[in-house]
Amino acid sequence: MNFVAFRMLIGDRAKYLGLIFAVAFSTFLLENQTSIFANLMKRTGNQIGDVTDADIWVMDPQTRYFDETKALKDTDLPRVRGVEGVDYAVRLFKSNPVARTESGTFAACSVIGIDEATLAGAPRRMVLGDWHDLYKPNSIIIDKAGYLMLFPDQPLELGRVLELNDHRVTLVGISDAMPAFVSFPIVHARYSEALAFQGRQRQQLSFVLVRAKPGIDHDTLAARITSETGLKALTTDQFRAASMRYYLANTGIPVNFGITIAVATIVGLVVSGQTFYLFTVENLRQFGALKAIGVTNLRLLAMILLQAAVVWFVGTSFGTALTATFFNITLQKVATRHMVLLWESAAGVAVFMLIVVLISSAAGLRKVWKLEPAEVFR
Amino acid sequence: MNAETTTNAVHCSAIRKSFGSGETRTEVLRGIDFTASRGEMTFLVGPSGCGKTTLISIIAGLLTADEGHVSLFGEDLSALSPREQILFRRRNLGFVFQQYNLLPSLTAAENAAVPLLAAGMNRKTAVARASEMLDQLGLGHRVSAMPRVLSGGQQQRVALARALVHEPRLIVCDEPTAALDHKSGESVMNLLATSAVHPDRAVLVVTHDNRVFHFAHQIAHMDDGVITHVEQQALNSRLQSSPS
Repeated sequence: MNFVAFRMLIGDRAKYLGLIFAVAFSTFLLENQTSIFANLMKRTGNQIGDVTDADIWVMDPQTRYFDETKALKDTDLPRVRGVEGVDYAVRLFKSNPVARTESGTFAACSVIGIDEATLAGAPRRMVLGDWHDLYKPNSIIIDKAGYLMLFPDQPLELGRVLELNDHRVTLVGISDAMPAFVSFPIVHARYSEALAFQGRQRQQLSFVLVRAKPGIDHDTLAARITSETGLKALTTDQFRAASMRYYLANTGIPVNFGITIAVATIVGLVVSGQTFYLFTVENLRQFGALKAIGVTNLRLLAMILLQAAVVWFVGTSFGTALTATFFNITLQKVATRHMVLLWESAAGVAVFMLIVVLISSAAGLRKVWKLEPAEVFR
Repeated sequence: MNAETTTNAVHCSAIRKSFGSGETRTEVLRGIDFTASRGEMTFLVGPSGCGKTTLISIIAGLLTADEGHVSLFGEDLSALSPREQILFRRRNLGFVFQQYNLLPSLTAAENAAVPLLAAGMNRKTAVARASEMLDQLGLGHRVSAMPRVLSGGQQQRVALARALVHEPRLIVCDEPTAALDHKSGESVMNLLATSAVHPDRAVLVVTHDNRVFHFAHQIAHMDDGVITHVEQQALNSRLQSSPS
């Protein structure tokens, strides 16, 4: 009878394609929105993750996320260095000066000032050039997306000159930085030069980057730094999570995406659910005839579940393929680079759509279950 | 009573059935006693609303009587569990419906094979056997046709093949000619008389098409929930040898 169920399902092409479209469309909407949301939230911590030289980030206790910092005192650095278990600790300065090119293009930048001696915190993934060239005077490294923003439609080329708050600097490298939440160009420079770009302030140390000694547990060391210095110390993962939590709690992004996802969920439930329910109800007479002939309710249950499984599998596969194609296209664009369909999203949506299809088939099945076979004589 | 020795295919005694409750309660069957024999075609005739369809639904085990007993080939249906009733129906009954009730997405042969598939037979064997049955009913050349391309008479022949393919002992037909023109109806009744009637099988037909009454061995007239009288008809030359 599985064959009969399958043929009943695909026999009416228009209805079958309608069912597949409904499930595929809902899948596409849900996977698309949840993945974009998750990717966007991931971006809030990408600049933290790009710094591979730090196990622990030390900051002012009032600093809540990467993009908004309260400066530390210069004396905080040796205090952190004095904590047992610290292998090394270096400074990191963060500011947002304006960059201007010779052609007049300008943009606010996210400048990261890194330790003069070690260059700890320099970008390690380079598209062009060598990060060691930051040792040269008045040199900077800029990320590829930022380069394309400041030098649109121009080939990637080192040696270009630009001004950062009236300071002339030379481009010595182009990095492959992960996209940040704010789409500023990401500029890396030595600490002293980054300070000069920004202009003198009373306190200028944004973060202290700490490398733990081998074998030292990062959580334990972070807790020790906090207790001994009174500063906030977070592991890289903790700081990424804290930055993400900040954006979740303090921006309208979750609400916006939440509404879209809620709408997609309702559309998924109503369109997919109702279409499948109606499909079952429209076949009631046929199910009634099968019951009269001697097909048991359990067998009919299996037939409807088989139909639901086919609709779910084909619909979600098609929807997932559509979403993957969408992200494959947007992956090529600078603004949406590194945005991908997350497997967690695909898996979650697949489970959700399975529940939708099962609920709607259960509603249809209830009608079939209660159907009196004698109805076929009426 | 021994199921194999009784000559009665269908035996109903004191059947009562009502629908609704309170003031809307309607008694549809009011003490029906009825018998149909093996090897015969029995017609249940009467005006619309007299209870014919309710009676065959009860006989076929699709409805439960409020009172009375139904036995088919000596088997008391009320003594069977719901599941046993379904299995009994699957093995022993074939149905021909007024609106054919063919599955539109299955071919003629696949439609005719449904009772065999329901009984667990593999698809290839079931469809092959159904094709043979269609061939016997003069539709050998349309086994792969979809119902939508078949005429009403041809669809009813597919329904007849579906009713016969698993060799049931009772064929229940509900207005089998109602949706057909006279010629097609005559043809279907001819096939029913020649292919379905068998010494170990009974055919029960509900109809109010008096143009086909001459095919019946026995006609039970119903009115207002009771059988008013039963006529026995002698076999004559009404049967034509080949389907048109």
